[in-house]
Amino acid sequence: MPPATDIRAQIEALRPYLLRFASLQLRDAAAAEDAVQEALLAALAGEASFAGRANLRTWLTGILKHKIVDAIRRQAREPLLPQESEDAPDDFDALFERNGHWSERPARWGNPDGALEQAQFFRALEACLERLPARTAQAFMLREHLGLETSEICKELEITPTHCWVMLYRARMTLRDCLQQTWFGK
Amino acid sequence: MMLTCKETTRLVSQGLDRELAFGERVALRVHLAICIGCRRTRRQMMFLRRAMRELVEIDLKAS
Repeated sequence: MPPATDIRAQIEALRPYLLRFASLQLRDAAAAEDAVQEALLAALAGEASFAGRANLRTWLTGILKHKIVDAIRRQAREPLLPQESEDAPDDFDALFERNGHWSERPARWGNPDGALEQAQFFRALEACLERLPARTAQAFMLREHLGLETSEICKELEITPTHCWVMLYRARMTLRDCLQQTWFGK
Repeated sequence: MMLTCKETTRLVSQGLDRELAFGERVALRVHLAICIGCRRTRRQMMFLRRAMRELVEIDLKAS
């Protein structure tokens, strides 16, 4: 096992990554900073439990995820986010005919994985994420960024599974459409 | 059960979040076999998941 100072330096070097990780979910620089700080303190306090683990970043990210969820729980107590109505009018009426079939079929994206090599694509993706309604974005990021199961998301956001699936569906359809317009359709 | 495209896109999305029931999977497969628009939506939603995994990495490399 490397000396403790060595691990401290390595942990410090990972701070930018951890900050970015937290900022994506929390959308609030101060809250992200706090979550990272709490995670690093917890990590240093529990240094011994890192012994023998393969990947420092994975270990720290795991601790950070818990701190992020704590922050969301605190946010939930202060009603900062407007509640999006569960029976909001279906945003996708324009996409489908009255009979439920496509009014305009989604376009082909060719080889989209090529986009994953381009930093600019991720700027476009982030811009699309920012356009999502706050609670929808939060649920989507908990699922696809933090990798939480739907049951955990329901518990943290105090919503039903059905509501959760509706929000995730809306997020995916909106992001798909946004990327079509700002990236793949160009 | 014949699904509409709207119902199919909902199920495709839910398939990324929960285990679909046998009947749902069969209905989905039948619809996807005949509908290119829904097949594209499915591929694009799966791509979105891959892109979200990369999001935190790529931006650091670029900046």
